Amino acid sequence: MKKTTLIAIAVLTVLGACAKAPAPTGYDDPHEAQNRRTYKANIALDRALISPAADSYGQVPKPVRNSVAMFAENASLPGVVVNKLLQGQIDDAVHNTVRFLFNSTLGLLGLFDVASDIGLEERKSDFGETLHVWGMPEGDYVVLPFFGASTERDGLGILGDFMLNPLSYVLPTEVRQLPKAAWVMSKFGDRYDFADSVDSILYSDGDGYGTLQLYYLDSRRYELGQVVEDNELDDLYDAYGG
Amino acid sequence: MNWTICTMHMVGKVMLNRRTMMGLLAGAMAAPAAAFAAISGGQAETLIGKVVGDINAIINSGAAEAKMISRFKGVFTKYADVNFIALSALGVDGRSATASQKRAFTKAFTGYIAQRYGSRFREFKGGKIEVVSTKAVKNRFEVLTMTKLKGMSPFDVVFIVAAKNGKFIDMQVEGISIVKSERKEIGAMLDKRKGDLDLLIRDLSKV
Repeated sequence: MKKTTLIAIAVLTVLGACAKAPAPTGYDDPHEAQNRRTYKANIALDRALISPAADSYGQVPKPVRNSVAMFAENASLPGVVVNKLLQGQIDDAVHNTVRFLFNSTLGLLGLFDVASDIGLEERKSDFGETLHVWGMPEGDYVVLPFFGASTERDGLGILGDFMLNPLSYVLPTEVRQLPKAAWVMSKFGDRYDFADSVDSILYSDGDGYGTLQLYYLDSRRYELGQVVEDNELDDLYDAYGG
Repeated sequence: MNWTICTMHMVGKVMLNRRTMMGLLAGAMAAPAAAFAAISGGQAETLIGKVVGDINAIINSGAAEAKMISRFKGVFTKYADVNFIALSALGVDGRSATASQKRAFTKAFTGYIAQRYGSRFREFKGGKIEVVSTKAVKNRFEVLTMTKLKGMSPFDVVFIVAAKNGKFIDMQVEGISIVKSERKEIGAMLDKRKGDLDLLIRDLSKV
């Protein structure tokens, strides 16, 4: 038993270490027409449903909303652990597992984050990152219904994460959808708490679509530690002189 | 939803080395502007420490939004090269602009930036920022800071500080450059106005 575990870990570590996704370049948008249509539909959805729902949900006291978000985050953690294992990040997997155990018990099913107070903050990941670690290129930029800005790889990642969380297989049927419901509520909470920021992007005077694309790709590439040649910015800085 | 954090959240508390600051101030007063020696990495880090310290004070001041925005504008004009950031945002469209248009645009742009980012500060009450490290890159320093907001994972903000004068010329929030994104935004706003810079200046001044 012990031996098989070790071999599995070794294989995963090798997998994680060998593959290297090609560095992405630029901001090509071959599906721009379709993406802009979906973007428009998302904006309409925000206007009609998400923003008003977020405003209603925002009336719920902040500590309650925090607990809902914490519950959703905690319930998603086993899925993050699976991803960390698939990436060969054993340390992070153990760290997140201990966090999950703490918050599920002392934190009352994850409603309270007691783990962060003792240095066990979440080490985030997702299946999109796993695919990246395995060497999959980011693919084309896509705008997904509801989820918004993404890439082909990260869109696949969202699908994977829906299936990867072990918790959704072991929870009793009556409460199986609870984490997902809490997740949606937590997104309403984010929409409310960061309303000014979100509005300033989605309803900007300029090109909200283009800004969102830039934001998504730049922050995602940064998060994955991908070094992207950026001549536009380098040239600007260089021109400032020394 | 990564983009909810893709904003300029800078908050925090940084211990300042008072002697360094005094030295810097004395140096600044003694030397004629043209003879400025290039600053060191330590000095760049100290300056950014001052910037985030000021912004932390603003965010946790509990002041009204308008007051926070105007105080933020003060910090921005004091420590950033506002001219450079504004004209970079204007990009190639700015080449044909007259000197007075450039001046008017820079003034309007500064107000717009203060409003656009300063109005978000209320979202970041109780946050904390720390200067982490400084790296020399060509003719500039990249000062890495870590921002911690309640209920959110910490995130990076990198200040790009010019070695020649110690002004910061850009901020990158989790890899998102303010200069680059404003360049895109301002470009789109100008396109919407069929390239009419005076109209853009008027509209930006109204913000």
